[in-house]
Amino acid sequence: MKKLVILGAGTAGTTMLNKFHKVMDPMDWEITIVDHNETHFYQPGFLFIPFGVYKEEDVIKPKRDFFPKSVNVIMEIIDKIVPPENKVYLKDGTELVYDYLIIATGSDIAPEETEGLKGELWQKCIFDFYTIEGAMKLAEFFKTWEGGKLVINITEMPIKCPVAPLEFAFLSDWFFTEKGIRDKTEIHFVTPLSSAFTKEKCAEVMSDYLVEKNIKTTVDFSTGRVDNENKKIISWDEIEIPFDCLVTIPTNKGNECIARSGMGDELNFVPTDKYTLRSKNYENIFVIGDATDLPSSKAGSVVHFQSEVLFENLMSVIEGREMKAKFDGHANCFIESGFGKALLIDFNYETEPLKGHYPLPLIGPFSLLQETRMNHFGKLMFKWTYWNLLLKGKDIPVSNEMSMKGKIKD
Amino acid sequence: MSTIELAGKQIEVDSDGNLKNLNDWNEETASEIAKLEGIEKLTDRHWLVINFMRKEFMEKGDGPTVRRLTKESGVGTKELYALFPKGPAKKAARIGGIPKPKGCI
Repeated sequence: MKKLVILGAGTAGTTMLNKFHKVMDPMDWEITIVDHNETHFYQPGFLFIPFGVYKEEDVIKPKRDFFPKSVNVIMEIIDKIVPPENKVYLKDGTELVYDYLIIATGSDIAPEETEGLKGELWQKCIFDFYTIEGAMKLAEFFKTWEGGKLVINITEMPIKCPVAPLEFAFLSDWFFTEKGIRDKTEIHFVTPLSSAFTKEKCAEVMSDYLVEKNIKTTVDFSTGRVDNENKKIISWDEIEIPFDCLVTIPTNKGNECIARSGMGDELNFVPTDKYTLRSKNYENIFVIGDATDLPSSKAGSVVHFQSEVLFENLMSVIEGREMKAKFDGHANCFIESGFGKALLIDFNYETEPLKGHYPLPLIGPFSLLQETRMNHFGKLMFKWTYWNLLLKGKDIPVSNEMSMKGKIKD
Repeated sequence: MSTIELAGKQIEVDSDGNLKNLNDWNEETASEIAKLEGIEKLTDRHWLVINFMRKEFMEKGDGPTVRRLTKESGVGTKELYALFPKGPAKKAARIGGIPKPKGCI
């Protein structure tokens, strides 16, 4: 009996589980998935919770709803991976032997990395929206907030879903306008990047939107500490920005089990070949999604594109063939811009987000890098696609390699 | 093709404004680039960081992030920002004649 072990049952782990379960003969293969939390979160939905668009029940489902019956499910914290032994140790002492391992342990916020961030104002007027608790607390806070200085701050890169903070700024503009207190609310977007977004072309478009929506922007701000007493964030080079409400995107880190295994970089992300998705150090270990150190976005759409590449390559390795599939860094995201509109961007390692249109059979086309209502519906529709197709490892009519079809080059 | 003038010579740079050819770099060009970045004089502490950046780049093909710099170079975050205001990794890479680290996306 050969053993495939998948660590992490989030978007990436669950998708891989379903893909492999479909093709592996249960007489020859035992598939095990390990996670410590029974609840699957639809993380893209967290963005909408503070604004009352989604409630908790819209973004949670039991993880087990997405597992095939015959797989071995273990709910326990992962202690460490010991690659030379081909073993995973769990916190309760269980030892799991594997022939092949897929690491899909994701990334989480680490507010404790920044001095004062988890101080006395934490979840009183300092909130994150990358966790269900943070998003819910912020929703409560916004219900009665009467306006003031709203600061949206990215602490350091890389972060999960790099567009989410921008979307948060745009949605705040819409939300406080609808509430009738936009004139009393200063929205301030503070980023360590040198422009509004990681990709230059898109950053230009985003900067225009920020100006148009009267959102103040500070770039090149590396958050050093939070002064709880005077309600300020202070950069490493002593620039101070005051807030009444701080929406923080804290440092993102890979799972602690990666650190305990000595397999990660300084942020616990696993060194991974950017094309094959195999671990740079171990031939029978593959890595997917937020857990990797790839220079691609940490997002669900990226996981979807990676999942097809990983599936093909691991099958090749198992069958003794050469790995042929190549991940091109493809990412595809809707950017909610408020007032029922959104933009769509599509890019990869080499090609920046371009204008044009994005063909999609049956439903499309969607406009690229332009604000439309259709894109907003696309974003909302994605929730259905996520629960019903993506997690179940079913085909989505979107190619894993980025296509230039419909895109307009300068 | 963009170029910058360093010590009277036109030198090619990439789209980030960093030197295109590693061979164009020497300690003198480093001092010239530093001046363009608003750093009048490179001290021993600056050089410690610059040399660490170059060493990492030569070994790994990419310069380190600020976080890695703090952990490995022996210079704390606070001091890094004092030495290279705004973006230590980005600035030290430019002065060190290597491409912008990919971690600074």
